[in-house]
Amino acid sequence: MTTTAPRKRAYGKGSLTVATWIIAILFVFPLLWMILTAFKQEADAYTDPPKLFFTPTFEQIGNVLSGGFLPYVSNSAFVTIISTLLVLLFGIPAAYALSLAPVKGTSNALGFFLSTKMLPIVAAIIPLYIISQNTELLDTVWALVILYTSMNLPLAIWMMRSFFLEVPHEMIEAGRIDGANLPTLLRKIIMPVVAPGIAATALICVIFSWTEFFYAVNLTAARAGTVPVFLVGFITSEGLYWAQLSAAALLASLPVMIVGWIAQNHLVRGLSMGAVK
Amino acid sequence: MSTLSVDTPKTHTHSKAAEKKGLSTAAKRRLPLLPALIFVIAVTQLPFLLTVFYSFQSWNLVRPGSRHFVGLDNYIDVFSDTTFLVALLNTVVLTVVCVFVALLLGLGLAILLDRKFLGRGVVRTLLITPFLILPAAGALLWKTTMFDPTYGLLHFVFGTDVDWLSEFPLASVMAQIVWQWTPFMMLLILAGLQSQAKDVLEAANVDGAGRWRTFVSITLPHLSRFLQLATLLGAIYIVNSFDAIFLMTQGGPGTASTNLPYYIYQRAFEGFDVGQSSAMGVVVVILTMIVATFALRLMFRTFSVSGGIK
Repeated sequence: MTTTAPRKRAYGKGSLTVATWIIAILFVFPLLWMILTAFKQEADAYTDPPKLFFTPTFEQIGNVLSGGFLPYVSNSAFVTIISTLLVLLFGIPAAYALSLAPVKGTSNALGFFLSTKMLPIVAAIIPLYIISQNTELLDTVWALVILYTSMNLPLAIWMMRSFFLEVPHEMIEAGRIDGANLPTLLRKIIMPVVAPGIAATALICVIFSWTEFFYAVNLTAARAGTVPVFLVGFITSEGLYWAQLSAAALLASLPVMIVGWIAQNHLVRGLSMGAVK
Repeated sequence: MSTLSVDTPKTHTHSKAAEKKGLSTAAKRRLPLLPALIFVIAVTQLPFLLTVFYSFQSWNLVRPGSRHFVGLDNYIDVFSDTTFLVALLNTVVLTVVCVFVALLLGLGLAILLDRKFLGRGVVRTLLITPFLILPAAGALLWKTTMFDPTYGLLHFVFGTDVDWLSEFPLASVMAQIVWQWTPFMMLLILAGLQSQAKDVLEAANVDGAGRWRTFVSITLPHLSRFLQLATLLGAIYIVNSFDAIFLMTQGGPGTASTNLPYYIYQRAFEGFDVGQSSAMGVVVVILTMIVATFALRLMFRTFSVSGGIK
């Protein structure tokens, strides 16, 4: 009996592993199905029962790429990159002021930033639309750049602040005593510690800007539309092209999937605004 | 570290100089915060003030010259609008159910992942991916390849011709949202599970506490603040759900799956009714503020502002 017990346990663990794998595959099956369908002919996409085996083709991917997808990608890339840079430009000094050199009212400022995330985005869309129209920002990438910067800034400040707080106090004090001024302190002591955290913050801002839907749909159209706006085109046609839709969904998601995999260890920290380390 | 070796006399002069500066130092310290603060106030608060201003006006964009001040009329209309009340109820149901179900599934998956096994990293990466695809893409895929009554996978698996999106519109939308948000809950709870002190768990094991007992009396209390945080953050995002409804059901059939963001969008961009949709926006913000006040207090209690979860 004593000899079989460990073996039994090992077997139990093995079956749990198999079960975990099965659950994981079932859970992501809609995604795996999307990837399969992206390489089908339209005729293979509409079958009952659904086809698991087929002759793969790059036709749909090609169709999406040549079907006006690329301008949307370049809009998304522009909006994402510029707004993320602006977030860092505004956010790094703010995070510094709220962590290493805490000012009066730090917790009020932090609470204010957090509270903006609780303001329903729909509550300000009408003025934003009218303002954009009057300032001729409607259907331009700049409207989205401004909005995405303000959308991501609170999150980035909370997250970067938690990275700044990890800089050992003794190191900063020692630096100060040595007579190092702020730029030197930043360059020599603080930045090396927080740089990976800032990179993770940037990646999370990239994910949010790339996937944002509400502002993009309401404030942009043909000229400045981003990738999610491109996907909206697929709900209008009654006879939906599934294979092409899957190809578009795959291409549209691929950049954030890759960024997300890279940043996965920091994802929680970003989404929890730095609350979970 | 040797470059930072201390040269004591300097310290005194340095700190005295800092004291002399007094006020100007405080102002200087605040300076790095200002650009971010001003930017966020300008872009998030000022438009909302305009929303409040518009909400007291009768103003329809398709009837130029119709704009005039009407006091509280829009608010009276909002509360006698049954669709608004339906949308409010749908929003509450959608948020509560999605957060709860995603939390439970996330807890289950996190427990499965909180042990060493073959391919754990791959499984984790697989499981978080639904959170990483474009929500718009996810919504369209579920609408077509999952829910389609003739060619969808659900039809194949269950063998019924149910048209999920028209017979169970809200539930279908919720299924998609749960699928999208479960990975987030899982990641957060997993972070909680992995931050447990191993020696405490071992001690429980040595003391003869069974797995269930250990889970209930040690793991769950430890997890509680992670669960609270997951609930709060999930709710913040899910209450704003728009993509899934816009792309899957357009709020229908009728108003069966209309939530507040979608209804306000409809009133504003399909009805062009600035006054009325602004009033709804204000009401939503007031409701949110009431809920958020409690939530924020919870957040600050759970995560002392000076630190984070250790």
